[in-house]
Amino acid sequence: MHLTDEEQAMADGRDGPAVARAMDLLQRYGRALGAERLVATNNIVASVGATTPFMRDFARSKGGMDAVFSEFSLDSDAVVKIPKIRAFTTHTQLGFVPDQPERMGVDEATVQFYRQGEAFITGLGVQATNTCTPYQVGNLPTRGEHCAWMESSAVIYCNSVLGARTNTEGRESVGAAMLTGRIPYWGYHIDANRRGTHHVLLQTEVESTSDWGLLGYWIGDQVQERVPVVEGVKSIPNLARLKHFGAAASSSGGVEMYHLVGITPEAPNLDAAFGGKRAIETLRFGLVEHRATWEKINATAKDTKVDYVMLGCPHYTMEQLWEVGRLIEGRKVHPDCELWIFTARAIKSISDQNGTTKILEEAGARVMTDSCSAMSRAAPKGARVAAFDSAKQAHYVPAILGIQAWYGSVDECIHAACTGRWDGRFA
Amino acid sequence: MNAETVVVLHGRCVVPGRSEGEALVTRDRISGWGGIDSRTGTIVETRHELRGVSFAGKVLVFPGAKGSSGWSAAFHMTRTMGTAPAAFLFNEMTTKMALGAVVTRAPAMTDFDQDPLAVIETGDWVTVDADRGVVEIRKQARPA
Repeated sequence: MHLTDEEQAMADGRDGPAVARAMDLLQRYGRALGAERLVATNNIVASVGATTPFMRDFARSKGGMDAVFSEFSLDSDAVVKIPKIRAFTTHTQLGFVPDQPERMGVDEATVQFYRQGEAFITGLGVQATNTCTPYQVGNLPTRGEHCAWMESSAVIYCNSVLGARTNTEGRESVGAAMLTGRIPYWGYHIDANRRGTHHVLLQTEVESTSDWGLLGYWIGDQVQERVPVVEGVKSIPNLARLKHFGAAASSSGGVEMYHLVGITPEAPNLDAAFGGKRAIETLRFGLVEHRATWEKINATAKDTKVDYVMLGCPHYTMEQLWEVGRLIEGRKVHPDCELWIFTARAIKSISDQNGTTKILEEAGARVMTDSCSAMSRAAPKGARVAAFDSAKQAHYVPAILGIQAWYGSVDECIHAACTGRWDGRFA
Repeated sequence: MNAETVVVLHGRCVVPGRSEGEALVTRDRISGWGGIDSRTGTIVETRHELRGVSFAGKVLVFPGAKGSSGWSAAFHMTRTMGTAPAAFLFNEMTTKMALGAVVTRAPAMTDFDQDPLAVIETGDWVTVDADRGVVEIRKQARPA
């Protein structure tokens, strides 16, 4: 793999051992991919936090937070002192909600260790945004900008909606990128790889957020990690719909980039979306596929008595919090049910300011930040049947927590929370 | 007794090194975060054909990686816990797969001259020499 003079100097230790270890990892990673070179980046979304007892023991026995970063963010056997980071970095969601340890089922020692780790990484310069939706809270890359992002639902949004460029990076590659400002030039950094592969024709109405989630879940299953081009969208989807669509497509499959013809930036028309190439396959999403996907995502659910409703995967937008406030104001969450709503800390502060949080809490909902049920492996004690408006959460939670999951619209979820029963159906 | 059959595959080195072990073959892609238990090196994904099966010390033969960006971190953890596979042989190159193989530090190969999923069966004894780009497969002994 070719290195520039600047990169070679970093690899040779000019900027200290941690930067040299980072370059060593980037070279091993780049060679594994078959990349020819690296590309400069100043936009990173990373998971650096340490929230598990294993990490705590590791830190204690091997040399503190520098040891945790050396091993788990640089893949370095040697413990190196970690310098301040070079590239702008925001943090992804966490493994629990730090200010709600009891509800998350974590002990005080774990919270204290997390706080120690948070002080360490913010000290390095990492922004503690703690969200799966960095694009909502100030990390909004420009079209064409080279990024190094983790979190599959953010990656697909970055490539497809924003037209910025990233592969799905992992904890170690973003660790190396934040110290060097480099990432392998491979995959979605390269024009040719961003073109469509599959043509998807919409032959049924896709309008609500719930419809967009189902469409994404179906497409991911169909195309796996390829690039779908969707034609026939009648009404322009908002932020929430695109967020739910991408999260679903990157859960059922590995979609990292899609095009909506006439809507997303690299698809002004069908030709541009395919870059002059022919589609490998044409797929049709009609009523039959729509209904079958609804049935598939609801396959784990049997009991209509619901004891947990979770909203906020990916982290809720300001608009979604406002919408739930309007739906639930004057109603109460059923005594046998809990309603947890997750959003980014920065968005919650606006919701607090607006009084939206107060409306939600007076109805009995709990507004939480930094995490979600899947990430924290946490649900209300004894929960057996959950309801979600997120296909991603309905995909992961039954496997992670062993509970049943219903999927439906936000109205159906609020109705379930307030009655303790699931009345949702395929509309 | 049975005559031993040896099959040889050639491919591209992803992570250098040599190792050997019993093959564990699946046609399902593998999820890292949420798909494996790193403490035991076991596949836990609900609908996976290898659910409950451990890959620790095995030569893992599979189409490729899927799912969360936590793939590399989940497999990295298998190395620190002593439950990593002996080698990775796979077909589909992705960033998840490349980084995961690199940090697991198990020899890894892809781009084979024959489909490893068609040639290798669970239980075969497999020697991986990623440095030379060669995989030798000794077919499991069967009753004559």
